[in-house]
Amino acid sequence: MEWLDNFWSTYNTLVYSIGVHALLALSIWLTLACGLLSMANAAFMGIGAYVSALLSLNAGWPFAAVLVAAGVAPALVALIIGIPTLRLSGVYLAMATLAFGEVVRITVLNLEITGGPEGLNGIPQSTQGWHIVAILAFVVYGLTRMQRSRVGRAFESIREDDVAASLMGIDVARYKLFAFVLGAAMAGVAGGLNAHFTFFISPREYGFENAVDILTMAVLGGTGSLVGPMLGAAILTLLPELLRFLNEFRGIFNGIVLVLVVLFLPKGIWEPRRIKALFARGGGK
Amino acid sequence: MLSIHNLGKHFGGLSVLEDVSFEVPVGGIFGLIGPNGAGKTTVFNLVTGLLKPSSGKISFEGRDLAGLPPHLVTRLGIARTFQNIRIFKEMTLLENVMVGMHHHLRYGPAELFLNSRACRDAETRARQRAHELLSWVRLDHRAEMLADNLSLRRPARKLEFARGAGNRTQVAAARRAGGRHESLGKTVLMEEIRNICQRGFSVFLIEHDMRFVMGVCERIAVLNFGRIIAEEAPTRSATIPT
Repeated sequence: MEWLDNFWSTYNTLVYSIGVHALLALSIWLTLACGLLSMANAAFMGIGAYVSALLSLNAGWPFAAVLVAAGVAPALVALIIGIPTLRLSGVYLAMATLAFGEVVRITVLNLEITGGPEGLNGIPQSTQGWHIVAILAFVVYGLTRMQRSRVGRAFESIREDDVAASLMGIDVARYKLFAFVLGAAMAGVAGGLNAHFTFFISPREYGFENAVDILTMAVLGGTGSLVGPMLGAAILTLLPELLRFLNEFRGIFNGIVLVLVVLFLPKGIWEPRRIKALFARGGGK
Repeated sequence: MLSIHNLGKHFGGLSVLEDVSFEVPVGGIFGLIGPNGAGKTTVFNLVTGLLKPSSGKISFEGRDLAGLPPHLVTRLGIARTFQNIRIFKEMTLLENVMVGMHHHLRYGPAELFLNSRACRDAETRARQRAHELLSWVRLDHRAEMLADNLSLRRPARKLEFARGAGNRTQVAAARRAGGRHESLGKTVLMEEIRNICQRGFSVFLIEHDMRFVMGVCERIAVLNFGRIIAEEAPTRSATIPT
């Protein structure tokens, strides 16, 4: 058991990060499943992180209530900005949500209560490993149920052809808003969890780069199923650590791996149909 | 009954439809014909809520449809197919039909999350019904196949019919695809439309091929340059020079 203790004390932040990133990747998967390319999830994560950190530091709320607030606050913001912006499609929505992300980052950078560029320090380290596991399990279960229901079919049909979907009696605008708001809530909870184990947060963590990272996780893993985004999150969290020995070349190698995956596995690493076909072929021989 | 009264549509200064009035009767097959550019598809888009009329009224069983968004029009019982077939390619045939039943599957988020009996039963019933609808168009044996594999137009069109029927549709608005495969699909589609009609649906068909319309429709209206120029039983309007 000793090696396990050693392992845990060295790598626990890494395991926590994988869990939080998985949650984030699933949050963007949800909007992608509905055909929305939203780049606002890093900002929603930031809102969740700051709201929860401030409630812990200044109001002394219990951790459970703090986490709920971390989900509710960005969901409300998503509701407000979603109604006008979700009329946009494709690249235009991506641009609008990116701009929103910048607005959030710059606001946080300049407010007094958020500590400006210095960020917030001394956030209680309330997040336990099982919190992350339990929340992730809850989310995965909920999304799986959703996927196999009328809601999942509605998302899929909207993603494929939203005009045809509306002519099937599906309220397209409402489902898009639902996906956007729920995704924001998930990203916010991830932000709350993250803030309560890193001890310190700053506006830099919720900018453009993070928005791209979250998207990359989902796309790299594959958006065809729930496994894909989580796998992508694990790979992108572990890869920089595994490549530590490359020192300054690490970033380059990281980039090469991504390019290769995108080139040769355009639907992501975890593509159920391809994997099934692979096994079928192997079994036939 | 679907009734269209003094319907007009213009895009900016361009007037596409003017003063169009006709009624699609309950039961039977009604055809709207006219040359390319006459405004037939615009009529369809107005009826299904994709466009808003500039003037006039569209009513269905006494309810005003003008200005309703497409999903609400569909829920009242009007389904349509598309000129260039639009099925959900990455879903199975069964799922395609089940999308059509979306509004009639009623369970709340809590029931869904807990996988309650009501939710499971509703899904099972929908699945059975979808199988039944697929069997109407003789696609049941391919229920679990991805729709993308329906490479031919014919089965894809049949799937569109089944999907529309899932909506508890009363009026099925159909638009035959023109172009390359025209001759190939004609007789099959004719059969399929009769098939749908016999099962108690009213069919509203848009077409520019006169012979085809003569073959299936019980009543037709002729549209030219955005105006109705005749509304008759097929044999009579064929004699009117257009």
